[in-house]
Amino acid sequence: MIYLIFIYFCISFLGISHMALTRKNPVHGVLWLLLLFLHVAVVYLFLNAEFLGMVQVIVYAGAILVMFLFTIFFLDIKIMPKERRIAKLWEGRLVIGLSFLAVMVLVFSSISPTYKGKHTISYVESVGNTRIIGEILFNEYGLGVLLLGLILLVPMISVVILGRRKA
Amino acid sequence: MITLEMYLTLSALVFGMGLMGVLLHRNLIFVFISLEVMLSGVNLALVSLAHYMSDIRGQVLALFTIGVAAASVAVGLSLLVANYNLRKNTDIDELVELKEEASND
Amino acid sequence: MMDFLFIFIKTAVVLSIVLFHVAYTTYAERKIIGRAQARMGPMEVGPHGLLQPIADFIKIFFKEDIVPANAERFIFKIAPIIVLVFTLVNLSVIPFDRNFMLADLNIGLLFILAMASLSVYGIILAGWSSNSKYSFLGGIRSASQVLSYEIALGLALAGVVLQAGSLNLRDIVLSQHETVFGVYAIPQIIGFVVFVIAAFAETNRAPFDLPEAETELVAGYLTEYSAFRYALFFLGEYVAMYVMAFLCAICFLGGWTIPKFITEILPFLEKVPGIIWFAIKVYVFIFLYIWVRATLPRYRFDQLLLIGWKVLIPLGILNLLIIAFIKRLSL
Repeated sequence: MIYLIFIYFCISFLGISHMALTRKNPVHGVLWLLLLFLHVAVVYLFLNAEFLGMVQVIVYAGAILVMFLFTIFFLDIKIMPKERRIAKLWEGRLVIGLSFLAVMVLVFSSISPTYKGKHTISYVESVGNTRIIGEILFNEYGLGVLLLGLILLVPMISVVILGRRKA
Repeated sequence: MITLEMYLTLSALVFGMGLMGVLLHRNLIFVFISLEVMLSGVNLALVSLAHYMSDIRGQVLALFTIGVAAASVAVGLSLLVANYNLRKNTDIDELVELKEEASND
Repeated sequence: MMDFLFIFIKTAVVLSIVLFHVAYTTYAERKIIGRAQARMGPMEVGPHGLLQPIADFIKIFFKEDIVPANAERFIFKIAPIIVLVFTLVNLSVIPFDRNFMLADLNIGLLFILAMASLSVYGIILAGWSSNSKYSFLGGIRSASQVLSYEIALGLALAGVVLQAGSLNLRDIVLSQHETVFGVYAIPQIIGFVVFVIAAFAETNRAPFDLPEAETELVAGYLTEYSAFRYALFFLGEYVAMYVMAFLCAICFLGGWTIPKFITEILPFLEKVPGIIWFAIKVYVFIFLYIWVRATLPRYRFDQLLLIGWKVLIPLGILNLLIIAFIKRLSL
């Protein structure tokens, strides 16, 4: 049963990302991407990352993809399907991509770490996934959270400047 | 039992799909979409490592990735709009201003 | 197998009760607004017009389902279903009574926020796929409205989460019952006000019902919809109203409990089943929706975004800071 579910997710991940990347209309591409993110969120639930699964939906689906859609709407969408869709020198790029993919798959499929942390499933269930993430996030990576805030603030200013119409 | 290697292979495949998209697409919007696919592959690897190594720091790292991804997409899309206003297309093959003319022979 | 059947029956009961309420909320809305404007409201069908919702339903169901010629057919057809499904799913995490909820999620509140952000897609796609200027601009406007107010809504709820120390809606109610006032609406009065205003905007209701502003955009993203696809949007809007009312009752008004200082004075009130208190709180909130619609004029679009970004979000952050200080001092 669990194998069937996993196989379903493998097939759907590859199929959906293929669909997302080969659509002519960017809006359709973004919608397939939304479906991919929802599948990723469900896989996070299988991996005991419930908080991250919901954050994935809220941030990716609720913010990032809506930003994509709004941008596509800003541009004149009707001219896009007429353009050539594959970049120049695609043969070389294809070879580079495939070789990189082969290396990635070979390396990743042979990783077997021996390290075991203290957040076992029973411990996480007794305290709560969200609480543990919060404790580690704010105790160990407090500076990181502040930097992330800064990283999010600078784009906000830059977006306002870039998007401002010249008076 | 689903092993860690299976999840990591899946994440590598998803990352690879995104990589091919980044390399092969000519349209900037699709390049950004491919970047998002790559990022979700990376996050999948982080979360599965966090699960199988019983250390929740992987999830925290994935949380940071999501936050930075939001920021990068905001900048990228605003650059895309600015670029579109300049040249009325979203073609990455046209972005050759910084290329040296002499080496073009 | 029996478990499955039990869950199925519970789901059916919740769905049918909520849909029944939705049908009669339209009736109540027309009656109350009628009274507010010194009219009688619907009187023709049945005694005092009580069968009016059923007549409306039958009428709208037998109308012709028109799809515009230049529309993106599949997306146009699926958009109302997206809105309705992602609104109805929220009902699964709502605790209606101490032991009656469909799914006891640890992250119930985040789930509701996630589903709210997904239902925005229905609005955007409805506007885009209709391939009409009015629909498109209306869809963009409604989507940016819902997205902006979702931030304020999330900030107001973050105060609740901080004080309760949990994202589970049942735990929020239980820890609320332990506090002095018994409701979070009193210590978090700022957050409560922000939540109520954001809830009005989030569900596209008056005074923020821009799709209804005929003089500007005809009917917003609903322009090209007719017959039962329009009815699905309508149903989605009313279910979303109920979800917001449930959320308000749970997070700020104590859910199925009543404050302890009331039960100390009047002990017999503890005998009343919790679902009745819950229903009373929800009805009051729904009445507020209708009352506001009958009373306040509509805001302009720029005023709407101004309120969202320059008033409600700073107030939400202020509320969060106050709650953080209270929490820190009470440790």
